[in-house]
Amino acid sequence: MAQYEQWEGFVGKNWLHSVDVRDFIQENYTPYDGDESFLEGPTEATDKLWGKLQELQKEERAKGGVLDMETEVVSGLTAYGPGYIDESMKDLEKIVGLQTDKPLKRAFMPYGGIKMAEQACTTYGYQPSEKLHEIFTKYHKTHNQGVFDIYTPEMKKVRHNHIITGLPDTYGRGRIVGDYRRVALYGIDFLIQKKQYDFERYARHGMKGTDFRLREEIAEQIKALKDMKEMAATYGFDISAPAKDAREAAQWLYFGYLAAIKTQNGAAMSVGRVSTFLDIYIERDIKKGILTESEAQELIDHMVMKFRMVKFARIPSYNELFSGDPVWATLEVAGMGQDGRSMVTKNDFRFLHTLENMEPSPEPNLTVLYSSRLPENFKKYASLISVTTSSIQYENDDVMRPVWGDDYSICCCVSATQTGKEIQFFGARANLAKCLLYAINGGVDEKTKQQVGPAYRPITSEYLDYEEVMERYDDMMEWLSKLYVDTLNMIHYMHDKYYYEAAEMALIDTDVRRTFATGIAGFSHVVDSISAIKYAKVKAIRDEDGMVVDFEVEGDFPKYGNDDDRADDIAVWLLKTFMHKLSKCHTYRDSEPTTSILTITSNVVYGKATGALPDGRKAGEPLSPGANPSYGAEQNGLLASLNSVAKLPYELALDGISNTQTISPSALGHSDEERTDNLVHVLDGYFDQGAHHLNVNVFGTEKLIDAMEHPEKPEYANFTIRVSGYAVKFIDLTKEQQMDVISRTCHKAM
Amino acid sequence: MAEENKELTGYVHSLESFGSVDGPGVRYVIFLTGCAMRCQFCHNPDTWKMQTGTPYTVDELLNKALKYRSYWAKEGGITVSGGEPLLQIDFLTELFKKAKAQGVHTTLDTSGNPFTREEPFFSKFRELMKYTDLVMLDIKHIDDEQHKILTGCTNQNILDMARYLSDTKKPVWIRHVLVPERSDYDEYLIKLDEFIQSLENVERVEVLPYHTLGAYKWDELGYEYELKGIEQPSVERVENANKLLHTNVSGL
Repeated sequence: MAQYEQWEGFVGKNWLHSVDVRDFIQENYTPYDGDESFLEGPTEATDKLWGKLQELQKEERAKGGVLDMETEVVSGLTAYGPGYIDESMKDLEKIVGLQTDKPLKRAFMPYGGIKMAEQACTTYGYQPSEKLHEIFTKYHKTHNQGVFDIYTPEMKKVRHNHIITGLPDTYGRGRIVGDYRRVALYGIDFLIQKKQYDFERYARHGMKGTDFRLREEIAEQIKALKDMKEMAATYGFDISAPAKDAREAAQWLYFGYLAAIKTQNGAAMSVGRVSTFLDIYIERDIKKGILTESEAQELIDHMVMKFRMVKFARIPSYNELFSGDPVWATLEVAGMGQDGRSMVTKNDFRFLHTLENMEPSPEPNLTVLYSSRLPENFKKYASLISVTTSSIQYENDDVMRPVWGDDYSICCCVSATQTGKEIQFFGARANLAKCLLYAINGGVDEKTKQQVGPAYRPITSEYLDYEEVMERYDDMMEWLSKLYVDTLNMIHYMHDKYYYEAAEMALIDTDVRRTFATGIAGFSHVVDSISAIKYAKVKAIRDEDGMVVDFEVEGDFPKYGNDDDRADDIAVWLLKTFMHKLSKCHTYRDSEPTTSILTITSNVVYGKATGALPDGRKAGEPLSPGANPSYGAEQNGLLASLNSVAKLPYELALDGISNTQTISPSALGHSDEERTDNLVHVLDGYFDQGAHHLNVNVFGTEKLIDAMEHPEKPEYANFTIRVSGYAVKFIDLTKEQQMDVISRTCHKAM
Repeated sequence: MAEENKELTGYVHSLESFGSVDGPGVRYVIFLTGCAMRCQFCHNPDTWKMQTGTPYTVDELLNKALKYRSYWAKEGGITVSGGEPLLQIDFLTELFKKAKAQGVHTTLDTSGNPFTREEPFFSKFRELMKYTDLVMLDIKHIDDEQHKILTGCTNQNILDMARYLSDTKKPVWIRHVLVPERSDYDEYLIKLDEFIQSLENVERVEVLPYHTLGAYKWDELGYEYELKGIEQPSVERVENANKLLHTNVSGL
């Protein structure tokens, strides 16, 4: 049994024997059900550093979105010496460590694909290195090259026609959350020992390919752990042993995360569930009298400042999909324990309080793991933060806990994985709205007129017949689901091979559970279209080639978003049918298939590539995001809309059901106090019905329009809004996306 | 089910699943059709006509509302507004009676205009009050002559209703729409405050600043909008009214 003096004062047993952070937390945390009055404002150091960082952010925006970029050095754990927000103020930084040598400078990350890494440079006026170009085209293959070497012609075609889109074949897949807390609790040496033990354990007689792969991966992990020590040493820290106090714990943990963001540029690079864990160290220090509340807040503020600085070099097509430069440094607070105790600690308040101490911010993607049984004081405080900053999201702990236990992390925008025990293969999304058009047009793409899907019989009647459409749609979804999974299998095989996440996997159990996350785009439009065909009369409008390019609807039909079972039953059917088809496919490394209804901001790009639909949506218009009802479909107010979404069973979409709602302040109550109370009621009512996720924005359309027209106003510099699955600074969105956000339903008072 | 009520039909203008300023907490708001008043500032003139809108039975409507129960917590519930709900008092009473049987908090949002101590209304009203937890009563103008100009009706029976509710200790929220050039004069506000102070059941007083968002509906319906040119009251005037009416609400 390991024993370290750094563990003095901690209780429990299991976590001493094996790597078991959950056990450590359960044995040692102090639940807090008081209110926010204990919180402290920013220290002078925080004000100075945040002031500096804001200057840098301003400069970054003025330079077109990128402050500085690396072209000569390949990013890695030991690629750079230490870097600070400001060299002259480095002693003020309680938590240190940058991705490169300078703040907000974007690293050069070629392993996902050299072409993309170079394109990112040239887009912002930087000249990529010729030497690196030679190395990564002649001597070292990249993930992107690997995938395109083995794609079938059909796969390239569906990709090109955007029926499957946003695939992680040009960038890191992300969504793997290392258990960064392990670095703090155990120190690196202990973790190396454990991995070495696994390495020996897997030296099985009669080894074959999969065993060799695993051994190579463990070897890579051990190397990454050793490099982490070296990386920390450049900042003057020895992280081979456990952290001895709160500051070290936060710093050690951050070094673990820093290792991930120095080596991977995944679409989502989550921090994980760290709040309750860190509170244990803070409580211990406060009891010992070596830390004050103000110092504790300062630690959290400085740590969060670092999460606000994570940057990756992206290409324009990526930015169109995921607008506003997000990294999904998702970080969770709250949740309930399996034993019924709330896991809210003072630290959960401190993390939310960063939005008051350092203004609203999209990153880290602060997520409240919600249950109506959370302490009332905490619910009210979280709700107040939503009312005043619109920067946080809520996810239903009561539906996730039974599936993932009480130590899961959110690995991207909304998807849960057990911390340190599980990873997810991220798989973008299939455009089911386009698939419906393929069913009608016999597999011919309505935009490019290419035969993309199988040449099944097209529908030739003037008016669409419900039974006929459903039969064809089922066939087309069957084709799409198979091809989709086959494509993802190839991607993940190559990602493991050429862009393996050694640093993150080093902080995850060797015997890891894997899920295979797919996704659905165009959800509400398919539901309403089918409803239109079933309950109204839909006439197909054909062009000179006989292709259906538009529809005319005669009569009313029920729409998803009004708590009307006629439409909502179609929604459940659609999810169930697609999920069922996916689960019939073989998935890479025996992962468990899941799906999500979650589009991020890609709803705009997907919509551009999708023709007119029977629900009345015109060609090229944005699809509605995530599981949101369609624009203008909601006719019975916010709660009717929420009830519709709440009917989608979480167990059919374990990767998440994202819902974003904007409520005008005047519709939520007369005063902030009333608004806060009413929002708590909304959250309780929604989540008690088993709904999964809610993004809450509290502002009126007028504010958005003003921000779009006057982005230079100082009050909009940090104006943050929730979009599907994450938060962005509104002024960082493209004009097109700003218009899209504005046009969405804002729930107002009657 | 009580058979004697056969198929009482209510005429509904619209339904709102999320009302947060229509009584305590989160509320399901039912807007019934029909109103005899012709308030110049009315932002829902499309609710005036009787027996238009969607017909519902009591059970249909209540079942629809109950789907939102999980949002109501202790204080929320249903609010019936309009139009003027008292014009459909039989339906309303049955609805509230059944709602109360399910433990739902009931709020009546009324102008008080149909109120009279004459029969058969008065007995019906007393029956309704058995199942009503809160009355939100609009007092449009404290001065009877001005009230007639503003609404086309007298305020005497409305003030009488306020007194009756006070005598019977029924919890009441008083609401007052602040209209420049009509009700927004200190002398009227002071008079109104004196009246409110004389009541013993008022839990809350709300000032609703006049707005023009419903003006377009007048045009659509072919009515002439008589408040043309009158802007919404200034922040200072709203503050002033809040102060004079002792609402204890500041700076909304």
